[in-house]
Amino acid sequence: MADAPILEVEDLRAVFGGGRRLLGAPRPSVKAVDGVSLAVRRGEVLGVVGESGCGKSTLGRTILGIQREAGGVIRLDGRVVSGLPPRAARRLRRDVQYVHQDAGAALDPWWSAGRSIEEALIVNGVGGADERRRRIDGVLSAVGLDLGVRRRYPHELSGGQLRRVTLARVLVLAPRVVILDEPTSGLDLSVQATVLGLLRDLRARLTLTYVFISHDLSVVRQMCERLAIMYLGRVVETGDTARIFEAPRHPYTRVLLAAAPRLVAGRVLDASAVLGEPPSPTAVPSGCAFRTRCPHAVARCADAVPVLEPSTGAGAVACHRWREI
Amino acid sequence: MTAGTALLAVEGLRVSIAADDGVARVLDHVDLAIPGGRVVGVVGESGCGKSTLARAILGILPRAARVESGRIAFAGEDLLRLDQRELTRRIRGREISFIPQDPYLALNPTFRVGTQLLEIMRWHASDGAADGARGRRARHRARLVELLRAVQLADPEQALERYPHQFSGGQRQRLLIAGALACRPRLVIADEPTTALDVTTQLQILKLLRDLAGDFGVSMLFVTHDFGVVAELCDEVMVMYAGQSVEAGATAEILDRPRHPYTQMLIACHPDRSSDLAGIPGVVPSPLAPPPGCRFHPRCPSARAVCAAARPASVADGGHAVACVLYG
Amino acid sequence: MLVLRKFARDASGMAGFVIVALAALVALLAPWLAPHPLDAHESHPVQRLQAPSRDFPFGTDNLGRDVLSRVILGARPALTVALLVVGASMAIGVPLGLVAGYRSGWTCEAIMRVTDVVLAVPQLILALALAQLLGPSLRNAMVALTLTYWPFFTRIVFAETRRLKTAVFVEALQGLNAGGPRIMFAHILPNAAPSIIVRATIGMGFTILSAAVLGFLGMGATPPDPEWGLAVAESREYLPDAWWFATFPGIAIFLVVFGFNLFGDGLRDVVDPRLRRSR
Repeated sequence: MADAPILEVEDLRAVFGGGRRLLGAPRPSVKAVDGVSLAVRRGEVLGVVGESGCGKSTLGRTILGIQREAGGVIRLDGRVVSGLPPRAARRLRRDVQYVHQDAGAALDPWWSAGRSIEEALIVNGVGGADERRRRIDGVLSAVGLDLGVRRRYPHELSGGQLRRVTLARVLVLAPRVVILDEPTSGLDLSVQATVLGLLRDLRARLTLTYVFISHDLSVVRQMCERLAIMYLGRVVETGDTARIFEAPRHPYTRVLLAAAPRLVAGRVLDASAVLGEPPSPTAVPSGCAFRTRCPHAVARCADAVPVLEPSTGAGAVACHRWREI
Repeated sequence: MTAGTALLAVEGLRVSIAADDGVARVLDHVDLAIPGGRVVGVVGESGCGKSTLARAILGILPRAARVESGRIAFAGEDLLRLDQRELTRRIRGREISFIPQDPYLALNPTFRVGTQLLEIMRWHASDGAADGARGRRARHRARLVELLRAVQLADPEQALERYPHQFSGGQRQRLLIAGALACRPRLVIADEPTTALDVTTQLQILKLLRDLAGDFGVSMLFVTHDFGVVAELCDEVMVMYAGQSVEAGATAEILDRPRHPYTQMLIACHPDRSSDLAGIPGVVPSPLAPPPGCRFHPRCPSARAVCAAARPASVADGGHAVACVLYG
Repeated sequence: MLVLRKFARDASGMAGFVIVALAALVALLAPWLAPHPLDAHESHPVQRLQAPSRDFPFGTDNLGRDVLSRVILGARPALTVALLVVGASMAIGVPLGLVAGYRSGWTCEAIMRVTDVVLAVPQLILALALAQLLGPSLRNAMVALTLTYWPFFTRIVFAETRRLKTAVFVEALQGLNAGGPRIMFAHILPNAAPSIIVRATIGMGFTILSAAVLGFLGMGATPPDPEWGLAVAESREYLPDAWWFATFPGIAIFLVVFGFNLFGDGLRDVVDPRLRRSR
């Protein structure tokens, strides 16, 4: 694995809403991504973990380019690719593709699976019907689908098949980085296992790099080498997966790991660490966003936003008190 | 665990549903026993019929559905023999209540939460006390507030005056749980109530359900596809595949010593158990053309000729029941 | 096909379809079906205002022409007008709706405000004014009706496009670097097609009615065209004695409009992408 990161974001910001209405009060704006810095190494699987509202999907869409950044830099292979409107951004970041969470909804219901995959090639100017057909057949075999699936419509396909079709659609463009948004959501356990196996297999064969967005800690533990934990638009901890599971440093990471269901019967459920509800993304607490639910919060947690600082191993933590707790 | 002591006993239930392209045999000989005061999970993948089973117990199967055979004994009474009026008046909402999957869709957005919950109580309350309508309303309200406190909803009095959209997903689910407990049911059926929730909220709700089951002495039937949730919440579990019940027993027993090949392969798919990522070869059969006999035999590595002949009878061994020729 | 089977189960939709199909057939074969096809323009004053009889099942009109033949022959202008007006309105209104729905900002505002203005004016009155301006003729009636009907399509397509614009598959296409026009016409349009089709079939009925009204008011078809509305207008002074003169063309109008409405309603329930099947 080469040293230079294939994808890098620095202090990335993305905002929803905002602006003023024609008559009346300004709309509340949501800092969906609030200063995220990450580096993704060539060929690795980086997990982005968090609960709903943490901004992980928005982060994915911003890196992809369909969501315009409100600030920060994105680098692909060292080249700056940020600061552009969506269409230009997508043209420049062709090496990055995105697989949506809801595979069924990501396909046009009026188009057959084969035509949907071909559409990816057509809009990117891959000419020649024969050349396209060859590529489609190739990618369908790669994802383990029968060539007959080409003629089927999305509503005729199962969840697992739909997932493979959407995968095929981006792989046919030969990307180098694939952002996977909750790739196992809504899948049965057995289908999930097959899809994860397929993802693993494809990564090796096609030398891909994955940004693996998920809230399922069991899956992430199995698939990802490194993790980035997000809370309300910020990254609170990063590090090797094994280390994070063994010795989580950030209070939120600890809560998350404790709450994750495990396949052990009769566990004593301790919900005491989970205090209250997550705050609304429109009213993020000052300073550290987690302080309202953190058992270790003190006065200075409200003063300044904690920055990611290197902690044990190759990890980093954004907490004022991480050394003490 | 004999059927005699069970609060709810489903025996040999078979349900078919008429569809556009044929007859779907959705449930084929399902057995389930829920002892009093216990939480039983029904676990299975999509298409296994677990939701249909829940609906059959509640008596809310779609019009195109037919119960071919079987019995659903609730406290000794066969629910399948009751007509809709009896079910509505006496059973549904009162003896057996329901917590639906999606808290976002289950509440009417145009009515205040208090109005909706009080309505449930008004329908089912049978206390013909002497203090008339207003007195009854006051009593119901008081009980509701007490329930909302029990489900750990902050500021219960205030909460009754708010609209559903003013609550978060976890809070809405608590409201629905309160609604389900309002009429002191003996059995609560929950259909994947934590699927739409975040992990941390899910933990809170699961703990709440466990505590409430204990405090209120209700039995719970928990339908889910998530083995992790079953491990955390359920005392016993029944595994379903393609409309058939394949295995049942205490949760710890099933998780550590699964007997049925399907259960074994399914548990092996869980990321916590194995990094194999092999899945289960084959696909779930369509209920329109199910395989004969044991419906898992086309995908089973231990299948034999006799498996296609007839569905294997369930063999119990100290509380652990399995429907497989390998054990009978 | 699953679509046809599902449609066949909807009794009123099927009834509508049968009526529309019959009307189309009659229109196509009119010159051969009509017992006295030349009565389109010939007159026989000797036979005027005869009650329905075996020779003339619908009676004769004030110029001795066979009412049955003229009703049959009138199917052609009725359906032609409907097809042309609805077709032209779609050609204008649908692209405008797509663009207004997909793009935001000034383009959208401009298109929608013009649409609103045209919609605010009562359709028949505007059509009447235009017809008066351009002079009475069936062709001018068609132009007038088209100019007042396109906003209905724009409105519907705008709403559908707005809804579909935030659909996951549209976002997926944008991620794949698909451009606006392609997304609008190749992806959003087919998904909006069900609503458009339904509005088009209902529009057919509505147009026939409007054309008949214009004809009735002398702003549409001109004598001796066998147009239904014109026939009702001409029959007015002979009521109530020569009741057959007004009644049969009137029934024809009613039946065809009703048929289109039932058919449109039936279509609405049935046009659903999930009924598409791979071959």
